[in-house]
Amino acid sequence: MSTPVPARANAPERYYNYAYLDEQTKRMIRRSILKALAIPGYQVPFGSREMPVPYGWGTGGIQLTAAIIGPDDVYKCIDQGADDTTNAVSIRRFFANVADVATTEDTGEATIIQTRHRIPEKPLKEGQVLIYQVPQPEPLRGLEARETETRAMHAYEEYGLQYVSLYENVSTYGRIAATAGYPVMVEERYLMSPSPIPKFDNPKMAKNEAVMLFGAGREKRIYAVPPFTRVRSLDFEDYPFETQTWEETCALCGAKDSYLDEVILDDAGDKMFVCSDSHHCAERRAAGHVGPMAGHSLDQDAALKEPAQ
Amino acid sequence: MSVATLDLSRIAPAFTDPVRESQAVFREVMECMARPGRITRFDRAPQAPTGLEKAAGAVALTLFDFETLVWLDPALADSGAEAWIRFHCGCPLTTAGQESAFALVTDLAKAPNLAAFNQGDAKYPDRSTTVILQLPSLDGGPTVTLSGPGIQTTTDIAPQGLPQDFWTQIETNQAQFQFGVDVLLVAGDQLLALPRTTTAQIKGG
Repeated sequence: MSTPVPARANAPERYYNYAYLDEQTKRMIRRSILKALAIPGYQVPFGSREMPVPYGWGTGGIQLTAAIIGPDDVYKCIDQGADDTTNAVSIRRFFANVADVATTEDTGEATIIQTRHRIPEKPLKEGQVLIYQVPQPEPLRGLEARETETRAMHAYEEYGLQYVSLYENVSTYGRIAATAGYPVMVEERYLMSPSPIPKFDNPKMAKNEAVMLFGAGREKRIYAVPPFTRVRSLDFEDYPFETQTWEETCALCGAKDSYLDEVILDDAGDKMFVCSDSHHCAERRAAGHVGPMAGHSLDQDAALKEPAQ
Repeated sequence: MSVATLDLSRIAPAFTDPVRESQAVFREVMECMARPGRITRFDRAPQAPTGLEKAAGAVALTLFDFETLVWLDPALADSGAEAWIRFHCGCPLTTAGQESAFALVTDLAKAPNLAAFNQGDAKYPDRSTTVILQLPSLDGGPTVTLSGPGIQTTTDIAPQGLPQDFWTQIETNQAQFQFGVDVLLVAGDQLLALPRTTTAQIKGG
């Protein structure tokens, strides 16, 4: 029996078109991206395609990446800030495979960063594109189930219901309770869901230097925030917007200013707080920053590199 | 144009590698749409037929297809440029600006007002026309200062040969947000974008 010869990376005979999607689909998505950038925060409907992963695994983000990626790009993919989770590794390998791109975990050297639910700690710069995977693009959906109604609410800038909802939060809990997917106003015109990023990341959206694109595959919507665009988290004068803070520091790198995940270590209730942004943490440790639990077995795991294929 | 006959021997080639080249062109158009006033160059784009220049041709090849109704300047009617676009893009053409997804304007003296194109719907402002204006040059004209989303503070541009009251039209267009057309200015192999969010101020004006 002869063993099948695998197709070489750049072989012209591939099983799929470059970057998986066919050219007509890419053109359709590209046109939607241009309109999304021209109307910041507005949700552009698009003909979302079936992708080789289930809805909820980043089909919107993958389609955006596929429509813009080229062989000169350097691609990074993170899931909750981490480069080394299953979803992030799979999507990164997918594009290494179908788009012949270099991949990286380094936030600074990436040209396209696809993200699920975090904005990297390192400030982004011109030339970078941040692509968000969005489960529910409609910030008003929890308040109004009908698309015909929410679309009219956006059309006529009728956002009273959203403020009532925030007010009810204040009257029930004494504060605005949303911690992720905290609604924002873009250029004082369109109410937008920032995707379920922690509200810790909301301020990074405002006046960001990178192009930010949002893709919701199941809901078939694309929206965008151009660079240097005003993005304001909703609040009240007497209940101003606040981000999360921690009393702890990162157990591995000692960071005081990054978004921390709580990790339960054993049945006895021992726990540690570590940076959610795995590359940020690794870079700090490489630079000699030491946290209270440095040298812990998880410290080595976090530095694991993706095994060669 | 008589429809059924298309003389293929007279149609110039388009991208040699349509997949990679259209991706490279789109990426630049995207950066320009995200950063109004930023000028990009498509020096490796194919030579477009008479009446069209490289940047206008590259944008057409990248964004037009059977889903987009295109308003083509009457100056290009029955020309090699029309045949080239019809063959390579396969896009339907229209003379009704109100219905078009894209408009390609080359005869600046007779350029329709921006308001003559589709301004979008209140609920679907993305359905408005993207107007591509082909100019003699993107510099050497009167300086105009741009501001708005995508621009850190302000940026200056000096496109040449714009229709008489173009900046007044842009002002009207910007003032009616969320309605409005989005404009791509092209000249030779260069392009810059003026989305509907951009405010323009003529220097000394």
